[in-house]
Amino acid sequence: MKLFEQAQLPSSSTDSQTLLLPNDADPRTADLTGVHTVVLHFPSFTDGRAFSQAFLLRRRLGFTGTIRATGDVLVDQLVQMARTGFTEAVLADGQSLAVGQRLLDQANATYQGDAVAPQPRFASLSTLEAA
Amino acid sequence: MYSYTEFDRQFIRHRAAQHRDQLARHQAGTLSDEAFRPLRLQNGWYIQRYAPMLRVAVPYGEIAARQLRVLATIAREYDRPDPALLARAQATQDGIDERAGSRPGPRLKFGYGHFTTRQNVQFNWIPLDKSADVMDLLATVDMHGIQTSGNCIRNITTDERAGIAADEVADPRPFAEILRQWSTLHPEFAFLPRKFKVAIHGAREDRAAIAWHDVGLQVVRSTETVANNPHQESDEGHSGYENVGFKVLVGGGMGRTPVVASVIREFLPWDQILNYLEAVVRVYNRWGRRDNKYKARIKILVKAEGQRFVDEVEAEYEAILMQDGAPHTIPLAELQRVAASFVPPALNCDRKTADAKIAHILKAAAEDDVEFGRWLQQNVAAHKNPDLRAVTLSFKRLGQAPGDATADQLDAVAELAERFSAGEARVTHDQNLLLPWVRCDQLPELWREARRLGLAKPNIRLLTDMIACPGGDFCDLANARAIPVAAAISEAYTDLDELHDLGEIDLHISGCINSCGHHHTGHIGILGVDKDGQEWYQVTLGGSDGSTLSGAPGAGKVIGPSFAADEVVDVVTAVLDTYRTHRTSGETFITTLRRVGHDPYKAAANAVRHITARHTAQADA
Repeated sequence: MKLFEQAQLPSSSTDSQTLLLPNDADPRTADLTGVHTVVLHFPSFTDGRAFSQAFLLRRRLGFTGTIRATGDVLVDQLVQMARTGFTEAVLADGQSLAVGQRLLDQANATYQGDAVAPQPRFASLSTLEAA
Repeated sequence: MYSYTEFDRQFIRHRAAQHRDQLARHQAGTLSDEAFRPLRLQNGWYIQRYAPMLRVAVPYGEIAARQLRVLATIAREYDRPDPALLARAQATQDGIDERAGSRPGPRLKFGYGHFTTRQNVQFNWIPLDKSADVMDLLATVDMHGIQTSGNCIRNITTDERAGIAADEVADPRPFAEILRQWSTLHPEFAFLPRKFKVAIHGAREDRAAIAWHDVGLQVVRSTETVANNPHQESDEGHSGYENVGFKVLVGGGMGRTPVVASVIREFLPWDQILNYLEAVVRVYNRWGRRDNKYKARIKILVKAEGQRFVDEVEAEYEAILMQDGAPHTIPLAELQRVAASFVPPALNCDRKTADAKIAHILKAAAEDDVEFGRWLQQNVAAHKNPDLRAVTLSFKRLGQAPGDATADQLDAVAELAERFSAGEARVTHDQNLLLPWVRCDQLPELWREARRLGLAKPNIRLLTDMIACPGGDFCDLANARAIPVAAAISEAYTDLDELHDLGEIDLHISGCINSCGHHHTGHIGILGVDKDGQEWYQVTLGGSDGSTLSGAPGAGKVIGPSFAADEVVDVVTAVLDTYRTHRTSGETFITTLRRVGHDPYKAAANAVRHITARHTAQADA
């Protein structure tokens, strides 16, 4: 996952192949033809709707381009963002790139599948391994 | 009990380390209060009226002796307020009684754990700067506070007699554990519109109040062949799970708007439960209201959208199956792996003579000792295994708040669990501890030990086995205190003859409308309200949690304007006296109430007003 500070917004952020999706939009109704970046928004870090939007884009719709998190993007939610299909995050003011990268690097193994690794842990377990 | 694998242990240690890192960043000022709040909440750390509160997860209520001992250590060594803080807190609490001119409530206590209606354990005085040490300590015995708070899928609760109930269709615990793993740190569902509570049971009797949860699951066996599920393993011919599935309820909850959950699936094959819940929670995450926290629970969404909600869930489920490839379909091997942890402990009771032995013990003891007989009747329940019994230790006694256990009591209970119950206990929805594996020939010995510890009061399911939240003594949300009300009622009803004569009654007390004390489902419900900075109590009658005794689930009805704190015991007495006047032989409180209606109870309750009489007269004028 690529992290950015507000000032270093990628130059592609305003081109015609970038789709800005409000967080109450249903991504399944969006026209993704020719789109290489979908920008999703967190009005507050506690508003989790964009996690479901990213999941639907990546997993349900098979979108392979960039999914970028914007808005109230805090370092402690980056792992969740990466798991639900985000590939870029523009950190909110005052958030540290270094801490964000460290938290991503320390991400733990997980129980359930997600948008990136769809299979849950139990799918790879044989009864023998688990015993 | 579920045996943690090295993976599970590493997961909890990692979580504890993560909390330590967050705490350090918070202390250094780089993680703001606002950003830290939901992170600490999802590890069970609240900031309350005077100090932080820690809620430790006890998944589906199962707890081992070694875990009880660590909780005892936490109570003894960490649940200790600074003396100046305690003095200040006590002075504030005393001020409430002084202003109201009422008698002083019980003193604030520390050094104990508190059993909650959601089968968890809470501590009230641990300083936040010790929180990381406590998480490390908990992790040494596979414990944590993951998702015991926050707007996420909370700790899953179940029947206190899961796996041992004589009326059980299928053991819900393996499913509860699979649900626990699936919901733990789910990346998509950590910032839902509001908290999300799941309860599951697998018996004929609902002892888990599933209709009052965001999702309620009942394990059922279909009488028909399950042929509509393309993902069911074809080779599971004799697994015992062929016709097992869930009745799925959605949209129950208490709070300001009590709602009984609706059935949205009469039968869902067991292996589809994670795929189906993913659909339910995704629709909720996308559609649930976020503009008003009092309208953010899924119950409001289900009520507002009705069939449209159900259709959307079914469409999402279909897409998970057909487009996503149903990755969370549970393989039979996984269910069997988890279920293997829940094999009943080997017990060496002589089955041949068991029946005669049981009969002999019960007969002899009942004749010898009325109290032992009552204990057998109220605190000892039947078991799947006729050699065994489920024994409830009563944490409802004078001098301690409902569900409170001191450090020494937690240690003592660990000892009892080891000696009499294969090292296992259960935290119950009613805020007691249950020993699930007691040999019938050890009942007299257990009774003597429990009585010595003050935990053998034969009041289970009776009036004084009440549910009460910590209320305004600790909780920042509370409008009024619950502990002094519970204490006053317990003091007024100490006579066991009278308690047994009154029979089984659900009395539930909440300190505010958030309803942690489940007042909506009490046959008698007491709700703390705040008016002009003073404590008042609204009384409801006729609520039901959905048990056989209580009937179809439903919220109680208010009997009149709020009462003053000093009137509450008189109201309860008036209501109980009315029951005694109207009951027929053998009729329970709730049955009499339903038969004669609320009017005589209302009249009796309102007649005891003395402090609020003038207030009521003014309101009526």
